Amino acid sequence: MLNTSEKITALPDRLGAATLNGLAYVGGLARLAGESAYVAFIGPFRGQRVRLGRTIQQAMQVGVGAIPIVSLITFFVGLIMALQSAYELRRLGAIQFVADAVAISIIRELGPLITAIIVIGRSGSAFAAEIGTMKVTEEVDALEIMGVRPVSFLVAPKFLAMLVMVPCLTLWADFMGVLGGCLFGVTGASFTVMSYLRATRDALVVNDILTGLVKSALFAVVITAVGCREGFSTGAGAEEVGRSATTAVVRSIFLVIAVDLLFTALFYLTNRG
Amino acid sequence: MGTKQAGGEGPVISVVDLRVNYGEREVLHGVGFDVLRGETLVVLGGSGSGKRTLLRTLMGLEKPSGGEVWIKGVNIARASDLELDEIRKKMGVSFQGGALFGSMTVGENVALPLLEHTRLENSTIEIMVRIKLEQVGLASFEDYMPAELSGGMKKRAALARALAMDPDLLMFDEPSAGLDPIIAAGIDQLILELKKAYSMSIVVVTHELASAFLIADRLLLIDRGNIIAIGNRDEIKSSTNPRVRQFLDRVPEPQVEDELNYLQMLTRNLRARN
Repeated sequence: MLNTSEKITALPDRLGAATLNGLAYVGGLARLAGESAYVAFIGPFRGQRVRLGRTIQQAMQVGVGAIPIVSLITFFVGLIMALQSAYELRRLGAIQFVADAVAISIIRELGPLITAIIVIGRSGSAFAAEIGTMKVTEEVDALEIMGVRPVSFLVAPKFLAMLVMVPCLTLWADFMGVLGGCLFGVTGASFTVMSYLRATRDALVVNDILTGLVKSALFAVVITAVGCREGFSTGAGAEEVGRSATTAVVRSIFLVIAVDLLFTALFYLTNRG
Repeated sequence: MGTKQAGGEGPVISVVDLRVNYGEREVLHGVGFDVLRGETLVVLGGSGSGKRTLLRTLMGLEKPSGGEVWIKGVNIARASDLELDEIRKKMGVSFQGGALFGSMTVGENVALPLLEHTRLENSTIEIMVRIKLEQVGLASFEDYMPAELSGGMKKRAALARALAMDPDLLMFDEPSAGLDPIIAAGIDQLILELKKAYSMSIVVVTHELASAFLIADRLLLIDRGNIIAIGNRDEIKSSTNPRVRQFLDRVPEPQVEDELNYLQMLTRNLRARN
């Protein structure tokens, strides 16, 4: 058992080890993303197979399958944002700004973020579970034995599908969020549908939508890399698959928020002057 | 890395002083043997003997910590990914649980290596898939999902997939694990038939004695990471090595408990806490 002074001197060691582990993890993610990007974007020019069928299949699962739940949740969130901001705005006698408040919060932040979190729950965990199960049943080994690279066969199609579908879902989420706000605007404030949408349009600049899309593409990379990496690091046994899926969800959410913070700060700093 | 003798008459696999570690623990302590062209070598060993690690190393799935593994003149311990891919195209592997891709039909599973490595027409691939499935006795099962097959059928389907590229080297992990004696005998029979039809070199890992003596040209007994016997059926049967006898005569491990170790094991955590 360590005494107190030993504990204190051991702290920098542990901190250093944890930092190195964290960096190594992020490095591993970057390598996985890099390899997938190579397979997806450079491989085809070098005569490697493009797995279009698998990519489309993934895109259907990741993107099209998520539309109902993304629509419902972002519609509610738009409505919530409208209610919350109306509470303050009404006291200031500025209820007509409810459209601006909803538009900016949804399109700059909540649309991309909530989409990412839904995609983590639906697809990030599924990636980890799918690859984890294949690892446990030796299917990943079987691929390798056939001379098929698991990254090219399993990760690259997911990566490509996510890179296309998450920004698309985000756009759709933005739209549904605004519609949610519109419901309040029409019923609770003196807007018509058209005037609400016009107010939304006037509140936004193109950059608002673009920064949201850039972020959502980054989220897509993070979610795919974490999900697949957790899948590949699954140990032996069925319970390990569940653990991998859980870890994938927790780490993806954390990393998505961290990336969000980083880029929001970056956009803020670059647009200030 | 360099090549030894490409093709020719030498052994297909030549293992020299192979050592494999899992972390700190060494599982194979310097084993060496050859697999000759066209022979069936059965690796026999108990649980935890290292037989499976040996097989995985031969497939290039585990990196050795020492020694050499020559397959057709290439040392796969040092080979580049590209060289390894070339060897693997002519190597069929049947995994213990089959390792069929659950999201694809049986036919798609068998077709996958052909789609990946050849530029054959789809219709040709379809015909080849039917031929391979017919050879393992699974004709007309190509549209089934792996989950719909029984254990023995999964093994057969996995074998069809392993044979898809007409390999000259087949590795088989526990052909009879989890199968009833009749189905297992069927798989043994299939291996013997395929061996004739394809003139392959075959490496089988198993702990089933009856099956081993039926299909083997030569047997290799491995125990706690060391080879304790290698030879043909008669040589193995007449071996006088006590560990070999114990394995062949199915004598249980004697219950010798080292009392000091046992007490230390019981009190280990107590001492750590003080």
